Amino acid sequence: MTSPKSTRPMGRDEHWLTVTKPTATTRFFRTFLPWQFIRFIVINVKMVRIIAMGHHPKRS
Amino acid sequence: MGARVVVLGSGIAGHTAASFLRKWLGKEHEVIVVSPKTDYNWIPSNIWVGVGLLRPDQVLFPLPPVYKRAGIDYRQAKAVAIHPEGTGDDHQACVAIEYTSPEKLGQQERVAYDYLINATGPKLNFDATPGLGPDKNTVSVCTADHAAHASQLLDEKVERMRKGERQKFLVGMGHGTCTCQGAAFEYIVNLEFELRHRGVREMADITYLSNEYELGDFGMGGLHLRQGGYVTPSKIFTESLFAERGIDWVTRSHVSKIEPGRVFFETLAGEEKELPFDMAMLLPPFRGAALSAFDRNGADITARLFAPSGFMKVDADYTAKPYEEWRAADWPRTYQTAFTNIFAAGIAFAPPHPVSVPRQSPKGTNITPAPPRTGMPSAIIGKAVARSIVDMIHGAKEPTQTASMAEMGAACVASAGANPFTGTAASITVFPIVPDFEKYPEYGRDLNHTFGEIGLAGHWIKILLHHLFLHKARMRPLWSLIPE
Repeated sequence: MTSPKSTRPMGRDEHWLTVTKPTATTRFFRTFLPWQFIRFIVINVKMVRIIAMGHHPKRS
Repeated sequence: MGARVVVLGSGIAGHTAASFLRKWLGKEHEVIVVSPKTDYNWIPSNIWVGVGLLRPDQVLFPLPPVYKRAGIDYRQAKAVAIHPEGTGDDHQACVAIEYTSPEKLGQQERVAYDYLINATGPKLNFDATPGLGPDKNTVSVCTADHAAHASQLLDEKVERMRKGERQKFLVGMGHGTCTCQGAAFEYIVNLEFELRHRGVREMADITYLSNEYELGDFGMGGLHLRQGGYVTPSKIFTESLFAERGIDWVTRSHVSKIEPGRVFFETLAGEEKELPFDMAMLLPPFRGAALSAFDRNGADITARLFAPSGFMKVDADYTAKPYEEWRAADWPRTYQTAFTNIFAAGIAFAPPHPVSVPRQSPKGTNITPAPPRTGMPSAIIGKAVARSIVDMIHGAKEPTQTASMAEMGAACVASAGANPFTGTAASITVFPIVPDFEKYPEYGRDLNHTFGEIGLAGHWIKILLHHLFLHKARMRPLWSLIPE
């Protein structure tokens, strides 16, 4: 699947021109399997940390 | 003699509370669930039903067999009124319910309780905006049925595009006080991905319409992330994601009316505008369930237990004060109400105030996202309330657990395209959900635990969570080890 093309002509909306867009390298790494396997582990660890901080006994 | 705990509602908060109550309480104690719906819906996956990637039965399962196996008494009914002091000479607290099951339809009953958890969730308030809703001019993904309807309409639109007819899609908020921007965000990026997958993307104009002041607010006042050597606001993150996908957006808007194929809205600047559409998925604002409360003599005490929004008042600071004086400490911690044996869990509790900066148009229209009410805090609150009640049954004088949204984080995975190799999702962690500017003066949140990233790994996590949480909700082996 190719990356989407903008269906809007450039310049039609001002905010269209003022946003940050990812480079080709950034887009590549988003679906590059070896890198994503690593990120899968890293993100899971970050989420488990958040879950562990979730709820706790009452502190007076 | 055993205690009886009645749980109103079987959504994420209610079902979590009932499951843990049953696990932690001995068989001499009763756990009763009262809910008008027989199916459990894993709502976060409704997005995929709405674009035709899942069937409704893949996000739903029947609860009665699960409750029978677990030893939970299930009544297919809706709660009508709470009598915290009992009725007349009978001082036993009870809740009036009305059956919705075909065999007992309309029959009323009073169910006595020792402890009550109100986990009735939100009422989808489509009536707040004329023309809003699946029975009128827009679709929704709030329920599996709504999402299936959205998917059917999407199929029709795709056929039209294949015949060369350009289509306009509008996704977002159907009112100036909506929350759940995350769901609309997920739907629009999944819609865009699916249109690309079906080869008709070039025939579609896709626009996001929101009550947020800036994209990425999500009802949390936005968040900040460390990225590329900068601390970046979620506005940048979200705008980039939309621009990359060719999605246009309109923010700071209150939808005032929807006619077939046309939405009318007012902006924060006071302008009256309209947008045409061929398909619109606009979410409704939420209200609390229509519950009343009465004292022993039959006097109406609804205002004592419930806020005007219909949500239940708990141990929050509801004093009206300006935005500058809002504090993290305003948010509830134990979810106990004015009656010590009544708790509210999940979406059913009344937030003390929004999280986003409150704003009004020159005409006085409130255009402020309501606070986020997502699954993870709902489940954590449900479990904390269940533990407190178990401990109180065993002798504790007061709730033993806290679960303030200003002291807990959230992990959120927002699907941005469902494919095991080319899909992506935005994985976000935020701590705390409600910013605490006294503890974290600059951004209100701990940047060591607030994080966001887009990638395929997020999609895998989303799939993993779908299966894990359905396994947990079905109370299958080792269910209680799966965290909220």
